[in-house]
Amino acid sequence: MTLPKILQVSVYRYNPDVNSAPFMQDFNVDIDGKDMMVLDVLALIKEQDESMSYRRSCREGVCGSDGMNIAGKNGLACITPLSTVVKNGKLVIRPLPGLPIIRDLAVDMSIFYKQYEKVQPYLQNDTPAPGIERLQSPADREKLDGLYECILCACCSTGCPSFWWNPDKFLGPAALLQAYRFLADTRDTQTQERLARLDDPFSVFRCHNIMNCVNVCPKGLNPTRAIGHIREMLLQSGT
Amino acid sequence: MVTNVTNFSRSGLYDWMAQRVTAVVLAAYSLFLLGYILANPGMGYAEWQGLFANSWMRIFSLMSLVALSAHAWIGLWSVTTDYLTPMTLGKWATGVRFLVQALCGVIMFVLFVWGVQILWGI
Repeated sequence: MTLPKILQVSVYRYNPDVNSAPFMQDFNVDIDGKDMMVLDVLALIKEQDESMSYRRSCREGVCGSDGMNIAGKNGLACITPLSTVVKNGKLVIRPLPGLPIIRDLAVDMSIFYKQYEKVQPYLQNDTPAPGIERLQSPADREKLDGLYECILCACCSTGCPSFWWNPDKFLGPAALLQAYRFLADTRDTQTQERLARLDDPFSVFRCHNIMNCVNVCPKGLNPTRAIGHIREMLLQSGT
Repeated sequence: MVTNVTNFSRSGLYDWMAQRVTAVVLAAYSLFLLGYILANPGMGYAEWQGLFANSWMRIFSLMSLVALSAHAWIGLWSVTTDYLTPMTLGKWATGVRFLVQALCGVIMFVLFVWGVQILWGI
């Protein structure tokens, strides 16, 4: 599709020190018809209004800072081309849904990190450490593919209604992907303890497989499949 | 990691498994009844009564009734804990949720006893 010279962008604005309520602000951005990334458009908006707040760092889809809701779908602004999200010459940008707003597009991710912390996302092994390193066969290492690549951008968890309703109880797809990453790791010896901590009605089982997480993941990962594997492991140890 | 005393079994795995097993029972019962009706066109009260007079049919029906009660509780419990929370109802959430859950439990119990009465009254 051809992009307009002047792009109309509607952006969610909220500064709790100044505004009593959030509102949508329209900007006319001169993109000269170029198919740039959404993050570039935000930079152009910031030139117009320097109070415009958002997070960014690597600007190439590696750091996971600029997760936001672009034209109704969560994604990373830095790797989302305008041509995929502009409709009728317009673009709508909102913060990630379901988390408290700090300012404009910057959300408070504390609860997201808290859920991540709960799954103890680090290797635990209670056997004596070997002289050099814990070896793993290539086949065992392959089990971690599609799991370790997560950059914690929160696009998946904030796209999940179960996480919206119970962000303090349901771990959310991002944390569950990491939970499985360590359950699947042959070097980890805490498998049973990890499973025991997951067997409650909320942590894992609030997932109803609607696959919003898979739909939005900018890294193409599949948390739903990982959650299915966790259920299988729980079934195997529990029946 | 999350404790809850109002769900069906205290265990997420058990609830999840029970929800699926009861769903299979309910599907089998529904399909059987549908198949029976289709296979017996022009069926009257006598045939219908005769079907439910069989012991195996009573067992199948009672099993489905138990499955329905468990299935409904797990499902409605999930709905109440999703939507009747402090996020939507503020400080009244716990009281409202508890009352709705209690109401669901009472209705299910009444329907269960009523169902048993009907089955054994045939």
